[in-house]
Amino acid sequence: MNKENLIKYILGIADNSLILGQRLGELTGHGPSLEVDIALTNISLDLFGQVRSYFQYAAQISEEEKTEDDFAFLRTEREYVNVLLVEQTNKDFAYVIGRQFLFDHFHFLLLNELQKSKDETLVAIAKKSLKEVSYHKRFSSDWVKRLGDGTEESKQKMQTAINDLWRFTEELFETTEADQEAIEAGIGVNVTALKDTYLANVSEVLTEATLEKPELQFFQSGGKKGIHSEQMGYLLSDMQFMQRTYPGMKW
Amino acid sequence: MTEEKVHISEELEPILKQISDPEIPVLSILDLGVVRSAEIIDNVAQIKITPTYSGCPAMDVIGDDIEQALKEAGYASKVNLILSPAWSTEWITEEGKNALREYGIAPPMDATSDKKALLGEEKIVKCTNCGSTNTHLVSQFGSTACKALFKCNDCQEPFDYFKCLI
Repeated sequence: MNKENLIKYILGIADNSLILGQRLGELTGHGPSLEVDIALTNISLDLFGQVRSYFQYAAQISEEEKTEDDFAFLRTEREYVNVLLVEQTNKDFAYVIGRQFLFDHFHFLLLNELQKSKDETLVAIAKKSLKEVSYHKRFSSDWVKRLGDGTEESKQKMQTAINDLWRFTEELFETTEADQEAIEAGIGVNVTALKDTYLANVSEVLTEATLEKPELQFFQSGGKKGIHSEQMGYLLSDMQFMQRTYPGMKW
Repeated sequence: MTEEKVHISEELEPILKQISDPEIPVLSILDLGVVRSAEIIDNVAQIKITPTYSGCPAMDVIGDDIEQALKEAGYASKVNLILSPAWSTEWITEEGKNALREYGIAPPMDATSDKKALLGEEKIVKCTNCGSTNTHLVSQFGSTACKALFKCNDCQEPFDYFKCLI
């Protein structure tokens, strides 16, 4: 497969972790308890670490003179191809957990399949990341159960968050042109084929959490094509501020 | 979990042995298992290190520390970060585990015990202060990405547990 499309494919995976990592990073010092604050920012750190590996790889195969920072900080909003789910705001703790839960279960299945890729670098990143993501999945699933099967109020808030975020789940299983090409080359994962397992795994946790799986007819998507929700611009202005103000700055 | 052998040149070993993890100063990077190979090729010390966790901020520091220590010992060096095979807690040596325990961090157990401990099914993580197994999990994520937070029910001491990663 050509380099340009391989980079696009890599960004399709990496951007989800980048944007979710940024959202979680916003919670530094603002978590509901010290332990949860530390856990959420630890997850953010794992995601950023994984993103670095993807971006370094993309920079390495790029024919232009690019660095990992160019991919992270210097693209315009339309050039980010993360799903809408991960850019949703930290509305309340139930939303933070709901977003994490719905993404972690997908992320886990994706990495699990990516281990079989024909691209050795992606296999190495997937194997490394999968170990970390299994901890994330356990954390978010535990909290969904704890809030769902908790007090009347926590249950209601958790259900509201799941209901509200559910409309973004369908996009996880859409394939882009770059995805199609990567699948044909034996490099990419056919995400559409993960949907049934995903729904079964998510439903199992929701049932244990005494929550209802939403039945929706309407789903929202666009992030994978670069069409983002309103929240994305605010996130990027925060994230890109340093690089835009002091171009080329380094640690 | 992996067949790949670690190659550390005898000449470089004593230098690398003295470098410790910046977050856990008692633990040598060799005992931590992050150095995957150290060889002298064409008069340049070629070192390959692998991260414990992807986002581990200690890796940059460890890389710099290695270059600095080798420079002081009169070697030109090149440090490369490799991702495969992925680091496993099984690579921490017995010496390393003892150092962790003495430092107040409970060393990682095998995968099955680890899962039971982190799911709260069994009380098996020993308190590093009094040795009691009457402990409970406070959080699956501790002060760094590689640790979980526990508390002893007997002596009330909070302590870190180095999570199992296989």
